[in-house]
Amino acid sequence: MNRIAVEKKVLNENQILAEQLRERYRQNGVLCVNLISAPGSGKTALLERTLERMDKSERVAVLTGDLQTENDARRLAKFGFPVKQITTGGTCHLDAKMIGRHLEDWKLEDLDLLIVENVGNLVCPSSYDLGEDAKIVLLSTSEGEDKPLKYPSIFFKSELMVLTKIDLLPYVPFSADLARENARRVHPGMEIIDVSSTTGEGLERWMEWLQARQQKAHAKQQAAI
Amino acid sequence: MHELGIAASILESVEKEAERHPGAHISKVGVKIGELCGVDGDALQFGFEVLVKDTELEPLALELEYIPRMQRCSKCAYAFRMTEFDPRCPLCGEFATECISGEELDIAYMEVDE
Repeated sequence: MNRIAVEKKVLNENQILAEQLRERYRQNGVLCVNLISAPGSGKTALLERTLERMDKSERVAVLTGDLQTENDARRLAKFGFPVKQITTGGTCHLDAKMIGRHLEDWKLEDLDLLIVENVGNLVCPSSYDLGEDAKIVLLSTSEGEDKPLKYPSIFFKSELMVLTKIDLLPYVPFSADLARENARRVHPGMEIIDVSSTTGEGLERWMEWLQARQQKAHAKQQAAI
Repeated sequence: MHELGIAASILESVEKEAERHPGAHISKVGVKIGELCGVDGDALQFGFEVLVKDTELEPLALELEYIPRMQRCSKCAYAFRMTEFDPRCPLCGEFATECISGEELDIAYMEVDE
């Protein structure tokens, strides 16, 4: 018997594809964000409000993942930006290969921002790198404050947590302070933005965050030229 | 529940490695799973067994090594096992500590019977 050292990532193939995507985004100055949350935390609602606030001249596109239906793409296509649905069949997450395939007929040089809305799931999407600049996790006030402790992987890997549905705070037994504290126990120093897609509260800060990150992506592209 | 897909990825690597050792059989693969990688060891083991059963890959064992989440203090450089989601340095109390392990989902080794 002969033991050979392998030392490679189990998801090596996905990792290679993700790095290729990341390089393409960098070359084209595209900011790619990967939105992850449990089903029903408000990913699509946040995207509706986001696209609604964008000037028609902005170069933004959305890939939205679900197991079935084109419903989310239909909701998001209303705003006039390119939107494509990725239906995974039964797969509980998006992977880099699916992203690559759905980007085939889009020109990255025509984009500044690519938003990927992952399948509603706090577990599996955390294992798959999609080449994004940042993972963003959403937590809504109708969930438990201890979600970050129960699903630490995704809260650890996400740069930003968006606390959604804050308009419901007066009606639900949810402590926003405790939720933030739990998120920062898993991920010290994590950025957190509170929003309500219903009242619009906090959306300005979210838009500013996206803009600041887009400028960073552009700076990276310039630095590489 | 994506462990079946993870198990399939491990088997792809085993098959690739097997091509490099014609006439030999790979009998064990060692995989490191970090506390933060979001993969359940039991489900992975189960998925792996299901995929291997009744194929020419048999007998093939999966050995899992669990990697705990370790933090290093940015002030005093002390490395410690993080428990109960308390990232503070147990030596100096510093809050800013950095994760140095626990994210692994790596194939560590394979055993080949030549």
